[in-house]
Amino acid sequence: MPRFALGVAAREDWAVAPNAAAGADTFPKLLIRNAHLYGTRPAMRHKDLGIWQTWTWSEVLEIVRAYAVGLHNLGVKCGETIAIVGGNRPRLYWSVMAAQMLGAVPVPVYADAVADELAFVLAHADVRFAAVEDQEQVDKIQSVLSRVPKLELVVYDEKRGLRDYDHSTLRAMEDVIADGRKALADPAVATWLDKEIETGKGSDPSIILYTSGTTGTSKGVVLTGERSISAASDTVTFDKLTETDVALAYLPLAWVGDHYLNYAQGIVSGFCTACPESPDTAMADLREIGPSFYFAPPRTLELLLTRVMIRMEDAGLMKRKLFHYFIDVARRYGGRILNGEPVPLSGRLLYAIGNILVYGPLKNVLGFSRVRIAYTAGEAVGPDLFSFYRSIGLNLKQLYGQTEAFLYLTAQPDGEIYSDTVGRACPNVDIRISENGEVQFKSPGMFTGYFKDAAKTAEVMTPDGYVKTGDAGFFDEKTGHLKIIDRTKDVGRLNDGTMFPPKYIENKLKFYPNIREAVALGDTHDFVTVMLNIDLTAVGSWAERNNVVYGSYQELAGHPLVYDMLEKHVAEVNRSLAADKVMAGAQIRRFLILHKELDPDDGEITRTLKVRRGFIADRYAPLIKALYDGSNEADISTEVTFEDGRKGAISARVKIRDMKTEPVPAMGKAA
Amino acid sequence: MRAAGGPDVAVGGVLLSVENVSLAFGGVKAVSDVSFDIRKGEIRAIIGPNGAGKTSMLNIINGFYHPQKGRITFKGETRAKMRPHDAAYRGIARTFQNVALFRGMTALDNIMAGRTLKMHSNFFWQLLRYGPAMREETEHRHRVEEIIDFLKIQEIRRVPVGRLPYGLQKRVELGRALAMEPDLLLLDEPMAGMNLEEKEDMSRFVLDVNDHYGTTIALIEHDMGVVMDVSDRVVVLDHGIKIADGTPGEVKSNQAVIDAYLGVAH
Repeated sequence: MPRFALGVAAREDWAVAPNAAAGADTFPKLLIRNAHLYGTRPAMRHKDLGIWQTWTWSEVLEIVRAYAVGLHNLGVKCGETIAIVGGNRPRLYWSVMAAQMLGAVPVPVYADAVADELAFVLAHADVRFAAVEDQEQVDKIQSVLSRVPKLELVVYDEKRGLRDYDHSTLRAMEDVIADGRKALADPAVATWLDKEIETGKGSDPSIILYTSGTTGTSKGVVLTGERSISAASDTVTFDKLTETDVALAYLPLAWVGDHYLNYAQGIVSGFCTACPESPDTAMADLREIGPSFYFAPPRTLELLLTRVMIRMEDAGLMKRKLFHYFIDVARRYGGRILNGEPVPLSGRLLYAIGNILVYGPLKNVLGFSRVRIAYTAGEAVGPDLFSFYRSIGLNLKQLYGQTEAFLYLTAQPDGEIYSDTVGRACPNVDIRISENGEVQFKSPGMFTGYFKDAAKTAEVMTPDGYVKTGDAGFFDEKTGHLKIIDRTKDVGRLNDGTMFPPKYIENKLKFYPNIREAVALGDTHDFVTVMLNIDLTAVGSWAERNNVVYGSYQELAGHPLVYDMLEKHVAEVNRSLAADKVMAGAQIRRFLILHKELDPDDGEITRTLKVRRGFIADRYAPLIKALYDGSNEADISTEVTFEDGRKGAISARVKIRDMKTEPVPAMGKAA
Repeated sequence: MRAAGGPDVAVGGVLLSVENVSLAFGGVKAVSDVSFDIRKGEIRAIIGPNGAGKTSMLNIINGFYHPQKGRITFKGETRAKMRPHDAAYRGIARTFQNVALFRGMTALDNIMAGRTLKMHSNFFWQLLRYGPAMREETEHRHRVEEIIDFLKIQEIRRVPVGRLPYGLQKRVELGRALAMEPDLLLLDEPMAGMNLEEKEDMSRFVLDVNDHYGTTIALIEHDMGVVMDVSDRVVVLDHGIKIADGTPGEVKSNQAVIDAYLGVAH
């Protein structure tokens, strides 16, 4: 192990307060601090050839220093950009670190980006160098080379398949690191590098993260070192993360979540980041690593739960009974125990037995045994899904953020957990709700601007220095937590001025397993109405159990008992809407159940299952008219496309039900 | 292997030569008087319409069938009769048209089975799984893990092969053949029954095996696109007779081949 010639850092200096502002303003400086403080502790793990390989913080520092010198010798200069393309692999994380060590700015790109996207980012970011994972990415880059004229050199991690390529513009990462190591043997070079690191400024860009571009072309969000570090230090303190924690880095490298949760928090707190063997083995690797800090989008959690439930259905009778009994116990007491609320002794005892027999083994299978803090974010999470994981003892919480804020805006503190909020503003974050209901923020981690796009930067900044999120939300009166309801541009208004967020209402409805799809209407109308789709599997099995006979989807959807059942769901949604002053006026007055499933083949929903409102408004105009003119039923005939491409028509008489609304608290109607 | 940077893949001398080979089952002539050679390091395709004698040819090469006439020279040695296990010992591995794996065993164990011929510790030690047997197993496991990494099948390492989709089973079978570290790899329709994407993946693997391990490959394939893309030289059989031999380009423009595939009035 070579000696680190950095003069200043005596161990005690760092140890004073490892998290208070982290003691340094750039990631390379922190890396040196970590090598001093936690030199022999694991910094990174990666499963290779079936075995977990480990690198300690001092080993990582040594490699990154060599890598940085290697890159410098290839011509990488301070202030320029380097693209990083690939999955979660140690060498790509080290590429980020090495670039930052030289004052260059890494630009991670999604590994599965199609050639067009890749070309756009590489060209827009003016990259001369790219560090990529393997042949696949090299091929992709070479296919768009003509559109990236500035690109000079590609450094690759995985050698396989690249031997016969023209190596005038290609280098193996391994060789770059080896060259750097040789050069570092010269003390002058080592001193030069130390100087480079020392003079690195926290106010300089530390990374550019391109937004995924769901709305128009992607924009490069520029984040600085000191801001990233101060945001990460705040949450590291907030969640009490230390160098003994472990996280599995399985989310895309180019996503702000990975850069913040794993990279920034990892370097600030000194915890160990484990990289899965391959993207497909993440679930198995999770179990082997047993992380203590875990992040998963709601969809992943849902997938895991479904998998567990399916496997339980295949289990023997005894096991199944045991499972359901104790999951019921967990539902009653688990969440409350986790929240530190009072629970009767019998409940505690039962829960303890359940923990030994069911929850413990279940968490072990899922890889959650050691998880201390788990977060979910990205979209609305169903209350049942959320409370399931909490009830078995997983400390799952929600957070809210966006790339422009380095993901750091709100989080739920321990003991204040609700499935429909995203938590309080984090320490040092200033959040306000604008006139039109938009969430705006000022935060320690906020970006400095979009790369080469002053116009767009100006668009999202308010004159007084707040950033517009584009999300509509409000602060819940009871809990003081922020609730996000929809994108601002999708939020409508009823005729009396009440806010009408369609997706918020639809999500609440869709959490019921019987409801597959919902379309809420109300913009520029007097009140809110919804059109529902039943879930054939759930309602079908309900019908079987309750001796409801039906011949077709249409008949089942129109069945009075089905209407009764869904009416209860709608009433519950109304109750929960009434609980929020802001939402109380948007209660559902009338609903109907559609006679056919909304189908991407008919263009009613997108392939990614998003409702296409405009199209539906045209197609179901007679029904919508009936919803608002007070009639009790309406006739409709719609053209459908069968799977073989033939077209046909379905006609139906659809009934409409009126709903009682909950009393609206004072102030309910805003205008 | 992997770390060493791989052997050179320059096409070299003749690895295997088939001279005037004939094979008949009773009155049915499967192969008549066929001669061709396979050079070291190349990918050699054997193509032809149904019943042309392609699989028979592979079976002759790896000693499953014994030709009535002709000579086969492998690595400079000519043998009148070679049994399949001799062939395996001497460095010929193969995959089958219909996947022939141990369905109840995991992918890992199946590939490990390909190492059997390389294991030397005796039954006693293996029974105890101790001492030399353990050391040996560790070493073989390392080789097998390299193959798993190479074929990108980490996520199915522990999955019983019977539960895998067809395309992955084919890949495991290729893995098992590779585990033998063969000099000559015979692939019998490696892409049969695959969709376009799977075919592309498999073609990539075939090329990579050739490039990375320097393995000489002889493959039977029906998809002309694949054959033209991956092979260095092609031999064409029809009704057991060799009708063409040459580079893909030459073969494609050969009138006899076109006739055999498209059919002519007899």
